[in-house]
Amino acid sequence: MGQITLQDVQKSFGPVHIIKGADLEIADGSFVVFVGPSGCGKTTLLRLIAGLEDVSGGKILIDGKNVVDTPPAKRGLSMVFQSYALYPHMSVRGNIGFGLKMAGLSKDETNRKVEAAAATLNLTPYLDRKPRELSGGQRQRVAIGRAIVREPKAFLFDEPLSNLDAALRVQMRIEVTRLQKQLGTTAIYVTHDQVEAMTMADKIVVLNGGKIEQYGSPLDLYEKPANLFVAGFIGSPKMNLVTGEHALQKGAATIGVRPEHLKIERDGTGGWQGTIAVAEHLGSDTFLYVDAGPLGMLTARYIGELSLHAGDHVSLVPDPARIHRFDASGNALRG
Amino acid sequence: MARMATTKQVVVSTIGAWFFGFLIFFPILWMVLASFKTELEAFAIPPSFLFFHWTTENYATVQERSDYFQHALNSVIIAGGSTLIALLIAIPAAWSMAFSPTKRTKDILLWMLSTKMMPPVGVLVPIYLIYKTFGLLDSRIGLIFILCLGNLPIVIWMLFTYFKEIPRDILEAARMDGATIGRELIYVLTPMAIPGLASTMLLNLILAWNEAFWTLNLSTSNAAPLTTFIASYSSPEGLFWAKLSAASTLAIAPILVLGWFSQKQLVRGLTFGAVK
Repeated sequence: MGQITLQDVQKSFGPVHIIKGADLEIADGSFVVFVGPSGCGKTTLLRLIAGLEDVSGGKILIDGKNVVDTPPAKRGLSMVFQSYALYPHMSVRGNIGFGLKMAGLSKDETNRKVEAAAATLNLTPYLDRKPRELSGGQRQRVAIGRAIVREPKAFLFDEPLSNLDAALRVQMRIEVTRLQKQLGTTAIYVTHDQVEAMTMADKIVVLNGGKIEQYGSPLDLYEKPANLFVAGFIGSPKMNLVTGEHALQKGAATIGVRPEHLKIERDGTGGWQGTIAVAEHLGSDTFLYVDAGPLGMLTARYIGELSLHAGDHVSLVPDPARIHRFDASGNALRG
Repeated sequence: MARMATTKQVVVSTIGAWFFGFLIFFPILWMVLASFKTELEAFAIPPSFLFFHWTTENYATVQERSDYFQHALNSVIIAGGSTLIALLIAIPAAWSMAFSPTKRTKDILLWMLSTKMMPPVGVLVPIYLIYKTFGLLDSRIGLIFILCLGNLPIVIWMLFTYFKEIPRDILEAARMDGATIGRELIYVLTPMAIPGLASTMLLNLILAWNEAFWTLNLSTSNAAPLTTFIASYSSPEGLFWAKLSAASTLAIAPILVLGWFSQKQLVRGLTFGAVK
């Protein structure tokens, strides 16, 4: 079991308020991603759950039990660090087995479990090597092995893939997701990469300035962003935000349209007129960055190849069903 | 492009290094040579460098007049004991300051170091009286205690610097793995800090071995280490240069051998923070 509940969790470092009252319900077995810009408090929130930082207020419940006064060792969680944090003086076997040794398991039992974990992660040939003799991806695997071998109530991941190169990152992303589904253990994963968040999560927590902006499934966040911050943060390229007359016509202070929800018309007369400043042709997609005069720069995405180039005149017609409306304080307007 | 030294540069710098190395080593060499001379030759002007009457008579006399092994044993016990106790106190102290610092940690570190800024003679009288009252004069325990306290600030500073270099994440990982603070110290921190611990220990051993102020003032015979042994040949009257040299050579020999075998650790210890 690994149900984690946060009730008005607060954290201050001196006068600085890092977490301003977080409420969250994480269901057993789910994969929850904390995402947000740097300095939004996502790592701090994870460390509070881990017990590596003490809360300044509120409760953290693991399976219904308040753990704010429980030391990290006794919370039954395991963590994968950004820097991997492997014990440099121990072999891979020692690293993975350390938690079991601390728990007082017998040597045979420890070996059996370590070998099983190593097999899952394709680490068997490296069991007797030291961390310094491993590549970045292998070290990452050892760090994950150390986390899974203890059969914790939940895994905590602190930007575990950010030190890997792009190709390996995608591969590890898939492996981590698959492993979590296979084990069915609750996971909390911190990242600043919204693509990682969208692809891995069952549910995403968007944090900004120490506050939870929205908590929901990736598609919820994509389709129904609660406010301007989430609208701008989730989705790549970013949502186009338009203020002024066009927004007022829709009864909103700001309207937002995603690049993929703009219909691109050559020499059209309807919609929003503009001149292409930059056209990116990826083969699978075409991204147009359009200078739309008073509306500012708009981004449009076309699936497939579209032979338009810088300097061409286009009109962009928003899909009326997919226009997001926001009030003056930035909150979404529904209906 | 990497900078390549030309042959000429290598030759010049090598000669230079040997020259300065020899210059620094010369007093020790001179002392060793003098210990094999007769008292008259040791004193002679101009001095003879190698062509004198070699004799081991001084060593025999020195051993005859005062028991070298007794003093050496005292030195081992005092230097070893004070180092061991200093480490036992300094490891947890440096650990707490490096890994859970408070607002005052910097002040405490500086305050500890400030105790080394005062000349020891400034507290000689009170310490002497305290030792006299508690019957610690001329006792090994008393010397262990004072040398341990005297070197503790340096030991804590050195260990603090080493511990600071250990990534916090690794200790947190141990905590997540279920290690208590004690086990974290034993299984994770200490093994990772072994190079630092070794060089700190060596440096402290050398400092304690050579410490001559407290050992001379607080011991006479029973607990007297090698420093006292040497000092007994440094007399304002009579001609004891050769014997003094023999005593000194005997006194530095053990620590010199230890230093020789642990050069690598020692260099790292003395340049801590400067090289990674």
